[in-house]
Amino acid sequence: MTAAITAEHLTIRFGALTAVNDVSLQVNKGEIFGFLGPNGSGKTTIIKALCGLLAPTEGGGTILGMDIRRDAAQIKRHVGYMSQKFGLYEDLTVAENIAFYAGVYGIHGAEAQQRKQEVLELTGIESYMNRRAGQLSGGWKQRLALACAIIHSPQVVFLDEPTAGIDPVARRALWDLLFRLSGQGVTFFVTTHYMDEAERCGRVGYIYLSKLVALGTVAELQRFPDANPAGTTRLQIKIANPSSVLEAVRQIKGVREATIFGSFIHALVDTDRIAALQSQLPEAGVETILPSLEDIFVTLTYKIMEASQ
Amino acid sequence: MSHLFRGLMPVCRKEFLHIVRDPGTLVFALLLPMLQLLLFGFAVDTNIRQIPTVVFDESQTQDSRRLLESFASSDVFQLKSYVTSKEEMYESIRAGKVRVGIRIPADYARHLQDGTQATVLVLVDGSDSNVAGQAISTSTGVTLRQSLLRILPDGKMPIEVRPSVLYNPATRSANFFVPGLIAILLQVMTILLIALSVVRERERGTLDQLNMTPVAPLGLMTGKMIPYGVLAFLELCAILLVMRLVFQVPIHGNTLLLLALSLPFLLTVLGLGLLISTKARSQAEAFQLAMGTVLPSVFLSGYIFLIENMAPIFKAISRIIPATYYIRILRGIILRGAGLKELWADAAILTVMGCAAILLAARQFVRERTH
Repeated sequence: MTAAITAEHLTIRFGALTAVNDVSLQVNKGEIFGFLGPNGSGKTTIIKALCGLLAPTEGGGTILGMDIRRDAAQIKRHVGYMSQKFGLYEDLTVAENIAFYAGVYGIHGAEAQQRKQEVLELTGIESYMNRRAGQLSGGWKQRLALACAIIHSPQVVFLDEPTAGIDPVARRALWDLLFRLSGQGVTFFVTTHYMDEAERCGRVGYIYLSKLVALGTVAELQRFPDANPAGTTRLQIKIANPSSVLEAVRQIKGVREATIFGSFIHALVDTDRIAALQSQLPEAGVETILPSLEDIFVTLTYKIMEASQ
Repeated sequence: MSHLFRGLMPVCRKEFLHIVRDPGTLVFALLLPMLQLLLFGFAVDTNIRQIPTVVFDESQTQDSRRLLESFASSDVFQLKSYVTSKEEMYESIRAGKVRVGIRIPADYARHLQDGTQATVLVLVDGSDSNVAGQAISTSTGVTLRQSLLRILPDGKMPIEVRPSVLYNPATRSANFFVPGLIAILLQVMTILLIALSVVRERERGTLDQLNMTPVAPLGLMTGKMIPYGVLAFLELCAILLVMRLVFQVPIHGNTLLLLALSLPFLLTVLGLGLLISTKARSQAEAFQLAMGTVLPSVFLSGYIFLIENMAPIFKAISRIIPATYYIRILRGIILRGAGLKELWADAAILTVMGCAAILLAARQFVRERTH
């Protein structure tokens, strides 16, 4: 597999502030890479650097083999970008927005016509051609934004929180689209706060306090040592009225984390205390589970917070 | 070269669409300067006439009435009220009912007949220095003339002044103020339109999106300057038409030259607008910054006060204000019929300023992009 995106020891500082600290990653061609992390952790800065907008302070990277320091102008022509704000002109129609971005990417004449037709069909937005972008619903705006971001047939597309504030049906529709495009070889770099979206990604990275603290497939991360501290086990506790007993469970000796998942409590427990826990909760059904992505990120975050204190 | 301006055409087209889609802003932008022109053009009259005046005539003789008549016929004074005591006279000045008081003492006529010196008191409210100055000089002139007429047997003056005013023979203040007003109105409108169009893009996140595309900063900026430049130019034509037809200000020079030499000024204010847009984080901030350019352009450009009379520091500041040069061009062509020979330097300075502003703004755009 060839790499579409690489970052090697990427470090970006603004004065005394280190926005990105020694991040190395690789995204393969046709892969959908999920990038997670709290707001302000450096996600957008990394995207800007990979698009060639920001020169890294140290380290470097490539997009489709082009160097992000030297070939910034080239990179922009081969990369698509869609932000949470969508970057649409609300007083312009759907067709005018698409035509504008086609022009901006230097696509003219017959080629422009053909590409417009392709993205319209792909996103299914054709019937809204003459509607002002501002009058579209969130889901349709998002599809229009994607249509604009891929008008120049980019091989790599960065999506910065593309589904924030979008209803679940529209979210699923967008992901179906992403899978279709990735099937055609387009590489996606997607930042999101939604764990279910992250779990759809081939591989995920988690950035916290400017550092990449986890990187791999979901299955790999579930076995990641830092996410499963030695001597602990993740349990799913089946108990009546979990919200009323959650605090009590948290107080039990050996319980490191506990949170509610529907009608269950998920807990990270010292393995040698499981028997004691069971005896304190005689009516509960206890079984061992693998951590969810959220579990993993929460555990990692706590670990770093403890270490920095 | 072409890659320096990459994206110019699509941005330009899109910007025209924005203008067409938002007729409210368009009408506001074009109509407001016109309304201001009409308002200020009619309101500003620096010629001082008919100053309300109170008279306290203790003499009540033919001589005193003749003197008062010559005050009234000067057109500067309007003898509004007559009072019978000193206190009343002071009171009406203090109350602001009148600005000048003329007191002719009881012994006025007697002194004149005796050939001894008669005195007349002229009280002037000094709160408006222009009015006071005019009142003093006219009252001096009026009484001087009366004195001479008494001395000279045949009433013939040894010297007669025949002032002949060039270019603005009626000394109408509209002729002087309206051309300057054009510069101010055009400046505010143009700066606001282009600065807001950029700041709006920043607020809505489309600027971030554009930064990710191959659009070059100069392409983006020129693409915005062309539509708003065209708009400002149309507004200029409309304003000139109103000036000519409504205010009856004739254009003594070449109108085409006037339009041509307006382009460097438009370039400069468009550049200034872009520069402001790089500093302003919100539309409100852009509005404030644009309005901040108004006062210096009004007071230090020669629009109201003569640059020749300014302190050296303000003289220096006036040299970096674009309106200074454009007002010179406007007044030169409109009032004096000046040509390219006299005005090329002003146009050249404006062109240099405009290019400098645009390059500075471009540098700021690049900086913003990379942060």
